[in-house]
Amino acid sequence: MADIHKLATLFKELDDELVNCMRCGMCQAVCPVFGQTGKETDVTRGKIALLDGLANHLLQDPDGVNATLSRCLMCGTCEANCPSGVNIMNIFLKARAIMTGYYGLPPIKKAIFRGLLANPRLFNSLTAISSHFQSLFTKKVDELLGSSCARFNNPVIGDRHFNTLATKPFRRIYPKIDTPAGHSGLRVALYPGCVVDKMFPSIGTATVKALQHHGVGIFMPSGQACCGIPVLSSGDRQTFNELVEQNVARFRNDRFDYLVTPCASCTATIKELWPKMYDGGQDIQTLAEELANKTMDISQFLIDVIGVQVDDREAAGESVTYHDPCHLKNSLKISEQPRKLLQSSGKQFVEMADAATCCGCGGTFNVHHYEMSKKIGTKKAENIVASKATTVATSCPACMMQITDMLSRRNAGISVKHVIELYSDNL
Amino acid sequence: MSKNNIEKLFKPVVGEDNVMTSETDRYAYSYDAAVLDGEMPAIVVRPENSETLGEVVKLCNDNGLPLTVRGGGTNLSGGTIPKPGGVVVLTNSMTKILEINEEDLYAVVEPGVVTAQLAAQVASSGLFYPPDPGSQTVSTIGGNVAENAGGLRGLKYGVTKDYVMGLEFFDTGGNLVKAGGKTVKCVTGLNLSGLMVGSEGTLGVFNKIILKLIPPPQAAKSMLAIFDSVKAASEAVAAIIAGKILPATLEMMDNFTIRTVENFRRAGLPTDAAALLLIEVDGHPAQVADDAARVETICRENDARELRVASDQHERNAIWQARRDALPALAKLKPTCVLEDATVPRSKIPAMIEALELISKKYQLTIGTFGHAGDGNLHPTILTDKRDKKEWEKVENAIDEIFDCALGLDGTLSGEHGIGMAKAKFMVREVGKASLDYATRIKAAVDPKNILNPEKMVRRNNG
Repeated sequence: MADIHKLATLFKELDDELVNCMRCGMCQAVCPVFGQTGKETDVTRGKIALLDGLANHLLQDPDGVNATLSRCLMCGTCEANCPSGVNIMNIFLKARAIMTGYYGLPPIKKAIFRGLLANPRLFNSLTAISSHFQSLFTKKVDELLGSSCARFNNPVIGDRHFNTLATKPFRRIYPKIDTPAGHSGLRVALYPGCVVDKMFPSIGTATVKALQHHGVGIFMPSGQACCGIPVLSSGDRQTFNELVEQNVARFRNDRFDYLVTPCASCTATIKELWPKMYDGGQDIQTLAEELANKTMDISQFLIDVIGVQVDDREAAGESVTYHDPCHLKNSLKISEQPRKLLQSSGKQFVEMADAATCCGCGGTFNVHHYEMSKKIGTKKAENIVASKATTVATSCPACMMQITDMLSRRNAGISVKHVIELYSDNL
Repeated sequence: MSKNNIEKLFKPVVGEDNVMTSETDRYAYSYDAAVLDGEMPAIVVRPENSETLGEVVKLCNDNGLPLTVRGGGTNLSGGTIPKPGGVVVLTNSMTKILEINEEDLYAVVEPGVVTAQLAAQVASSGLFYPPDPGSQTVSTIGGNVAENAGGLRGLKYGVTKDYVMGLEFFDTGGNLVKAGGKTVKCVTGLNLSGLMVGSEGTLGVFNKIILKLIPPPQAAKSMLAIFDSVKAASEAVAAIIAGKILPATLEMMDNFTIRTVENFRRAGLPTDAAALLLIEVDGHPAQVADDAARVETICRENDARELRVASDQHERNAIWQARRDALPALAKLKPTCVLEDATVPRSKIPAMIEALELISKKYQLTIGTFGHAGDGNLHPTILTDKRDKKEWEKVENAIDEIFDCALGLDGTLSGEHGIGMAKAKFMVREVGKASLDYATRIKAAVDPKNILNPEKMVRRNNG
């Protein structure tokens, strides 16, 4: 373990960004974690002050600071509302990487990230095998949501209600796709993302159906790797670099106009974090930037590029509400397009209260701080129920997992869908 | 006192979960929003009800531990920076709105209630709590009362002190002292609530606060007036008030701020204008129409180059967005942003702005000025990088000179941010030695061990 002075030197490199925080404390109004605990160490101002303290030798407690860093959903709401425009997500991702360099990656994460995620073929076959055995350990709890819970007391699953692995993953339905541009004159690369592939293949098929409907050619190479957000959030820049390189290699030799994904987290990661956080060779860096410039969320593509016209006839049928995923709303400022697509889904659209408040998932946050994640998610569930919609739609499979858990435990009778599923169903 | 002993002292009172002593936790409560170095407390405690709050105060006094109460920690003068080795008492577990009385027009709240949340709750009862400090989405009523917080509506509606009808606070012995009440008129006893408002935590610890509520205005109209000279803009301000009109808000932005805001939002502000006035009149619809017309005439008579009157909610929002953008836009220019609030009688605003321009030139500092022209409370905002030692020295000298100017114009050191640690040493210039001595004697009498937020505003050895 490196010494604390070395650590301070590393944090000092963030000084130019840390100094921009004027300690106004306005982040207290929007931070979901602070909203639960009311502790200064849980809000952005506190975390930035602590990093600044370490960098300037005013504080000698890296263990304590490291623990507070993980108590963050990385939802980016503070950054979107920061009066001084501090690059908060950038600071936190780099700080986590520095801490991981200092403490090393925990063995379990090392095994999963470097052994599994960095090796898509192994990851795929292992999840495929697991999908056949999961019913031994889990039982269905909600038919509408397709959620399950543990049959026996299980330390990893706890009392979660979760979506099980798909018996037929998306890559089995479509091992790869390579079609020319249709009447739209456009051809897009499709990056479904891990969760769509392994848990929600129907989102993938809905995406393909919509693209085909609008005459868009598709290029979807096999062997795509994880976008890298879970490893980067855990400070593992080495694996992140490897994943970026693997993905760039899959897409580099083909021609397409846009790269489209139905996963908000993947979109934000490719668009914002690949160019910013990849620190390998210049060659890959340039290619990653080119890909990032072409990357779009599926609803953004359909509305802004294809020009899908909003169907403004008064829909009489069931109602649908929308949850803004942080990675679309805060990171990419996309909130109009998914709503417009929903208005063309034949359902009646209703807004819920606090639609843009984080669902509490936060990727690994849900694993490490499940109790808090559940409290934040409960608020979301209450707002969904209060909207009286029969379906809640969103644009991120990770949010869907969390919202499914929260609605399933309260037997709410509300289904959880991706925006593109509802749109495609109505085509 | 050792870490173990101090923990043992407070844990039985507030509970294990409401005591924080790790280095990381204590560091996170060592600062507030002022540009000052922090100080490490020995312990942070969070009482959950009034009983334990009283016990905490008594424990601190019995053991001679300095105590600093903290709400949102947004103080701009270091009022919530603890004394080294002291106790930080958090109020954010005491957040109940105990009563909103629609017949007698008051609210009773615990000190940790967030200002904007109270205002929203009051509005949903069809009433109005006007004080709206810039930090209202996170600041607490306890902090607002302790600092006598202001806001944009000061000119017509007054500041926090105008809404405190009564309060309860703990003295150093942990006894509950009652001041004021729920009646409009109340002359029983010394006006202790008046004494407590703006006392910055030095005289007692708030337990409950009774606030006056008023009926909300039925209508409002906003406008933006563009001027080619600051003098003309200030004369328009004076003429509006001399014309017996009290706008709810009457704000000014100087040219530097206008350019910065426009660069930030691109909302179509005139970047060549010397000053903007942002004005809102409110009240009965007929009166609003009258007042708006007269304000328009007065602005034109005072050489306003252009007037933009908001015709709908969207345009009204755009005007106030520009004002809300002022601080964020300025703050983004440089790492450190020193927000001052020296205040002058409003007729002296042209002189003050002229002086600020000279100070900016003399010290070669970037100063953007905006603020509450209607009540003379300007916010000259110095943009700098506190890591640049040479420039920081110039900043300190410039602040010193700003204070001298404000006092020379019959103004005050602070309109709404408080004295705290930042301005304590300048106080004698404004109020004189006798006034400080008097305050010191009051402090010594009610807090003989000097445990209540020591070193803030009132110092033991003034001189």
